[in-house]
Amino acid sequence: MRVGLPIYYGIGGQKSSLIKNKLIMHKLKIKELRKLIIELSYKSQEGHIASAFSILDILWVLYERILNTTPKNINTENRDIFILSKGHACLAQYVVLMEKGFFSKSELLSFCEYNSPFGGHPDRNKIIGIEASTGSLGHGFPMAVGIALALSIKQSSSRVFVLVGDGECNEGTIWESAMLANRFQLANLCCIVDFNHSTDRALSLGNLQDKFLSFGWGVSTINGHDLDQIYDAVSKTSSNKPSVIIAETIKGYGCKRMENNPEWHHKSPSESELKEIIKELS
Amino acid sequence: MSMRKQFISTVEELIARDERIVLLLGDIGVFGFRNSLIKYPKQVYNIGILEQSTIGLAAGLAMTGKIPFVHTIAPFLVERSYEQLKDDFCYQELGGNFISVGASYDYSALGSTHHCPADVGILKLLPGMEIILPGTSREFDILLKQCYSNNNPTYFRLSEYENDEDYDVTFGKANIIQRGSQATVIAIGSMLNQVKKAVSGLDVSLLYYTTVAPFDMEILKKHVSHGKIFVCEPNYGGSIYFDIIRAVKPNSVQIDGISVPHRFLNHYGSREEHDNILGFNAPEIKKRIINFINEK
Repeated sequence: MRVGLPIYYGIGGQKSSLIKNKLIMHKLKIKELRKLIIELSYKSQEGHIASAFSILDILWVLYERILNTTPKNINTENRDIFILSKGHACLAQYVVLMEKGFFSKSELLSFCEYNSPFGGHPDRNKIIGIEASTGSLGHGFPMAVGIALALSIKQSSSRVFVLVGDGECNEGTIWESAMLANRFQLANLCCIVDFNHSTDRALSLGNLQDKFLSFGWGVSTINGHDLDQIYDAVSKTSSNKPSVIIAETIKGYGCKRMENNPEWHHKSPSESELKEIIKELS
Repeated sequence: MSMRKQFISTVEELIARDERIVLLLGDIGVFGFRNSLIKYPKQVYNIGILEQSTIGLAAGLAMTGKIPFVHTIAPFLVERSYEQLKDDFCYQELGGNFISVGASYDYSALGSTHHCPADVGILKLLPGMEIILPGTSREFDILLKQCYSNNNPTYFRLSEYENDEDYDVTFGKANIIQRGSQATVIAIGSMLNQVKKAVSGLDVSLLYYTTVAPFDMEILKKHVSHGKIFVCEPNYGGSIYFDIIRAVKPNSVQIDGISVPHRFLNHYGSREEHDNILGFNAPEIKKRIINFINEK
């Protein structure tokens, strides 16, 4: 079992002053969003909290600092695209989209109710800001490749980000997509791997860096909970090849009882657990 | 012109006039599209042998306003990437065109891995999937042009065997070939040729379907004769039985038919040999229909 996270620096090795100056502010915001995730899961007794916690920092940096994706431009062609291929982690995306004004908190509080647009996996036809209806692992990445291809045909300057899980990297379509993206030299495509090692108990991925390198991708490895490293990595662009950011993360990050604990993969808190977790996050 | 060659001709014509179209070949049909691969490098791709990701990539294209066409052999297009058709296109309500080659046992000498008599049946279970079985090259041309940009997922089934006669077909509508009173015979796609010969001189109605989803219930409602319906399917049987039952409600009806038997075809040889052994010929079909009419 891993203890702690490796310390890596992103490409260039420099810390971003953009994030660093307001680091505390961002961290407090992310903690707030973690609390909201817990509350949503408690209320509905649904949701994959630990997976959401694994990626929340990454999503925050993307939507806060990188993606040209707003409620105003969401239906225009010149926006950036983000696809959450590991769709079960959608609580993280929901809370970030809410924070960015795509919908209200009161709407989101209906999570997993019968008529709610917010389900346990995201639906592009129900929620503004969701680009793809994912849930079955291995589907989002090929779609992202298709979008990136279309945008490159149109000579658009928009970027496409897709976030996949390490378990998801068991799927053959991940590697088919990696081949395709390299073949089309999709420099506008950035894949982020939420590498929380949850798949190690089943099918270990071995050296993921080497794998992607051998597929012709540009590769960087970061601490997926370090906001500066995330920012440095996702703000880099490539001129001639797709890029992958292997984000070393902890499933359930931010909540001690959940971290690397498989019991919390699809568990929702009881009332007493809710109180204890909220206290920990405060 | 064979249906396969018509496919190349029609798609090239459409590509030339509609830059939204992107054709993805699964390393099949590459020779036929060799000129287009050079002339339209941003619209025609030999994508390779990775059907699931090809469908996913096609969905991504559709999300940006492109009109994807995907072409490969039927079992790989339909069965191998069934979940992608379900999730990426039908569930997300995206438009795309999926054109298969090798209907049922057209690849008769290659064994069951290359057969797909189940395609129509399993695609019928996908909400929103349109399914077209043209009977001739011209009908394929008409139907593809009618549907390709309708923003729905549409499956076109190319077949080696074609009917002798073209009909003026319309997407979603059946054609009335013959009117009678003792039974209604339905012929789907390339079955029409032999079925038409079989029912010649019989007092039966004959309806010709080239679209099985959405299913034309109205025409069937008007032409149910004597409560007996005989269905001739070029795929595993039963693909439209539920539609028939819904069409004739609240009346009950006797249904029988001829179709590809529900088993693996373990012989090789030619498609014609299979057709004959399976009874896909006018005399055999006629015998079956007469027996059906005479059943109490």
